[in-house]
Amino acid sequence: MIVGGLDIAILLASLMVGAVPILLAALGETVVERSGVLNLGVEGMMIIGAVTGFIAAVTLENAVAGFIAGALCGAAFSLIFAALTQVFQANQVATGLALTLFGIGVSSLAGQGYNGIKPPVTGAVPLGLLRDIPFLGPMLFRHDWVVYFSLFMVFATWFVLNRTRAGLIIRAVGENHEAAHALGYKVNRIRLLCILFGGAMAGMGGAYVSLVRVPQWTDNMTNGVGWIALAIVVFASWRPGRVLFGAWLFGGLMVLGPNLQAAGYAIPVEYLSMAPYVITIIVLVIMSSGRGRSLGAPASLGQNFHASR
Amino acid sequence: MLSLERRANPSQFWLWFTPVLAVILTMVAGGLLFALLGSNPFTVIRTIFWDPLAGTNASYFRAQLFIKAAPLILIAVGLAMGFRAGIWNIGAEGQYIMGAIIGASVGLAFFPTENRLIFPLMVAAGAFGGWAWAMIPAILKTKFNTNEILVSLMLVYVAQAILAKASFSFLRNPDGMGFPGSRNFSTYPAARNLDLIERSGFHWGAVAALGVAVAAYVLLTRHGIGFRIRLAGQAPRAARFHGVSPTRLVIFCLGFAGALAGLAGIFEASGPSGQITENFATGYGFTAIIVAFLGRLNPLGIIFAGLLMALTYVGGSLAESRLNLPAASIQVFQGMLLFFLLGVDMLTNYRIRYGAARVKGAGA
Repeated sequence: MIVGGLDIAILLASLMVGAVPILLAALGETVVERSGVLNLGVEGMMIIGAVTGFIAAVTLENAVAGFIAGALCGAAFSLIFAALTQVFQANQVATGLALTLFGIGVSSLAGQGYNGIKPPVTGAVPLGLLRDIPFLGPMLFRHDWVVYFSLFMVFATWFVLNRTRAGLIIRAVGENHEAAHALGYKVNRIRLLCILFGGAMAGMGGAYVSLVRVPQWTDNMTNGVGWIALAIVVFASWRPGRVLFGAWLFGGLMVLGPNLQAAGYAIPVEYLSMAPYVITIIVLVIMSSGRGRSLGAPASLGQNFHASR
Repeated sequence: MLSLERRANPSQFWLWFTPVLAVILTMVAGGLLFALLGSNPFTVIRTIFWDPLAGTNASYFRAQLFIKAAPLILIAVGLAMGFRAGIWNIGAEGQYIMGAIIGASVGLAFFPTENRLIFPLMVAAGAFGGWAWAMIPAILKTKFNTNEILVSLMLVYVAQAILAKASFSFLRNPDGMGFPGSRNFSTYPAARNLDLIERSGFHWGAVAALGVAVAAYVLLTRHGIGFRIRLAGQAPRAARFHGVSPTRLVIFCLGFAGALAGLAGIFEASGPSGQITENFATGYGFTAIIVAFLGRLNPLGIIFAGLLMALTYVGGSLAESRLNLPAASIQVFQGMLLFFLLGVDMLTNYRIRYGAARVKGAGA
């Protein structure tokens, strides 16, 4: 199906791929924020995941190892944030910013000598006959495993947050940490685990940027994707299902530009490069307006907890 | 077993000693990092912190120190006001870029007219550019309750795209033989931001930085606005009962920070940088966040913090050229400093106790 010089099936397929880094990072951050922690270091954890995933994949010549390394290093990096905010009671906004600034520096230090190398290919999952279904085949069934994994994670985070005891505890900690503490839950320990999960998801999303989306290592290559993921969490009112919708919306915007250019539309590159950010702002305005403070944000979001009793 | 006990009041001693402690810890951790990278940590630390001040060619490096410190101080003073009130403008980089573009556009519009008023007009336009760019998150925040952190940051990327556009098309030097980048202000005396004392690096931006820091200190400690800013940050509920208007506070804090970032931008464009190019923005807007915290969000503290951070820039590039250290290691070094600051800040508000925490007032 071709509309205005664009093959819609290919466009939707590249949308699904383009959305993966945002989706993974935003899902992780959703869990973090539902537990009452605002980690603005998503961009930093992603870039760390991107560089470590790339290095691991190239040295081990194995793309899967790259994703695992990206997730582990993202989680390890988020431990800095967890230690500062949960143990040292540091301000979450400032610490998150520091994590991003530090991550960009560390990654470009670690990535020296890895510029211009091709990582091992992450191939499509062999789905046999499904690949050949007209329209749906190229759109849905020719992706690599991370795409399907990210979709599974949407379901998994929804299920855990809304249908399990663990999710209930996470939400309790995020809504009212004093009450959760009074019930005997270890507030800071639960938050620590959520932060680690967020770090792993952001790291894996970053690894997807350097291993599949681009695929190579350049300094500062996540280029604001982490911040867009943060915006999507707000956009999605902290709900995993809507995170998927938001990620596809932005993934679509990001792939639409290059596709339009390839189809011969002359759009100045400056407008294309600013479009995702401008649209993020517009969407944030629409989502935030007219609802006062009740956006569905967890009530204890951004507040540190120190057990005095 | 160690435990934390909240102090009734922040410790005055630790309030001023924590930045020093953080710098020392950063030197230790940074030394370890440099050792890992295969350099002698003592040589590196000396190259960063001592050689620019007293080594060979120190006069050149001291000039560089003022050149780097001026924009950092200007931006950080503005940011600190907002941070005090719990208003998180992290898009100073974008406001800095827009100030430079608007200011430079006004200056270049008069080229080659020679008039004394052109430079002041450019400076005003620069401040306006930064202010206007900061008004976007401010108005969205007050009208639509949009998160100012995300909006101000998104606008950095938009500003960078406009900067690229400016350097490739609307501000491109018509006599530049097609090269990107605006006309160089060093060839336009009326719009040039000269060193006030030859080769000192002390240009109008440095004067403005000192003046603004002192003015902001007075505003913060002796004026009603400063009181409302501190109240809103420390006790938001009390501020509401006191009748502090959150709308006005957001507009003031973001506008103030934006105008100062814009000033820093135009002083940089017309002085040390000399022109608008695609690579004009080098991250002062983000480093200023570290400076604001290092200066304890106190305008006078920020003067020292700005000079120290400028030293890490100047010394860092010196270490880069003399010792072949990668440029990113300085960024890592600065990031570490912020982490240590945030970590040791705990000592200001908490007391460390051995054994189980004793609860204040318990048993009374």
